[in-house]
Amino acid sequence: MPLNIMNVALADDDMDDRLLFEEAISEIDVKTNLSLFNDGKALMEYLTLPETVLPEIVFLDLNMPIKNGMQCLKEIRENEKLKELCVAIYSTSSSEEDIENTFVNGANVYISKPNSYSALKKVIDKTIKINWQYHTSALNRDNFLLRL
Amino acid sequence: MKINIKFDYNFICKTVLQEQLNALKLDYTLNNLGEIEFNKTPTAEETAQIKTAFEHYGIEILANPQNVLVQRIKDLITAFINDSETSSKYNVSNYLSDKLNYSYAHLSAVFSEVTHSSIENFIILKKIDLAKTLIIHKDFTLTEIAHKLNYSSVAHLSSQFKKTTGLTPSAFQRIIKKRD
Repeated sequence: MPLNIMNVALADDDMDDRLLFEEAISEIDVKTNLSLFNDGKALMEYLTLPETVLPEIVFLDLNMPIKNGMQCLKEIRENEKLKELCVAIYSTSSSEEDIENTFVNGANVYISKPNSYSALKKVIDKTIKINWQYHTSALNRDNFLLRL
Repeated sequence: MKINIKFDYNFICKTVLQEQLNALKLDYTLNNLGEIEFNKTPTAEETAQIKTAFEHYGIEILANPQNVLVQRIKDLITAFINDSETSSKYNVSNYLSDKLNYSYAHLSAVFSEVTHSSIENFIILKKIDLAKTLIIHKDFTLTEIAHKLNYSSVAHLSSQFKKTTGLTPSAFQRIIKKRD
């Protein structure tokens, strides 16, 4: 039942954003093991390797070169081995319609990238803790939708 | 074609446990869900067999007593919320401390230490989870759901739903509908 360490993956093409995320997640009280990827293609290659231990949650930036977040999300939901993964979209800002569209395509969490470091830490903390509950309690994961 | 089904989690879990333990020819008593008492201590080999048999169903053998207690708290909260008659009569902290024979302060401290979040937060998460299931089941209106889950008003349910999920109940319903 206890998740002593939560495996987390992040795909984001912006180096500063990756560094900020890495620092913020290291400061929350749930221990995590973070894997970073520069684009969606690298992430998908990693996830589909047979020896990969699947993360408990994947954070996806929407706008990335080569393969964007939406394409990754669709591939994850269509892949038999990956379709149960918890996916959090982590993006600057988009229209209400885009946000709803990511949920319809199977995203569990939508995070609008916060402007401040403290706000970033807060949303990561909240996402990780709620995701933990979904992994350890009898909660219906098909209905797991969270917008932050 | 779609059919609607209803299931009893306790009944399913109990049946799975009995089938697996009987197949291993062990002498046991199911005290309640979450506790199995063996009349003879299983050998290391038998323990390994039990573990393998249970793993197939996602059932895990818990070792740490704190984790066991947290699991009991979660199970009791689930039962409490699902039973609107009990939950309208008792308050949850008294219910938990009566059932588990620990002070609520102790339960609360252990729960926060293990899960990194409070019992109160878990209750809200669980209630909203049930509300989601009821919203998808189109026979229930928000008024009925609010009543069933002991919210004082629809407004209270809607605001807690929005606060917990970031979405309004109607946006949630629209998204789930579009997913089909």
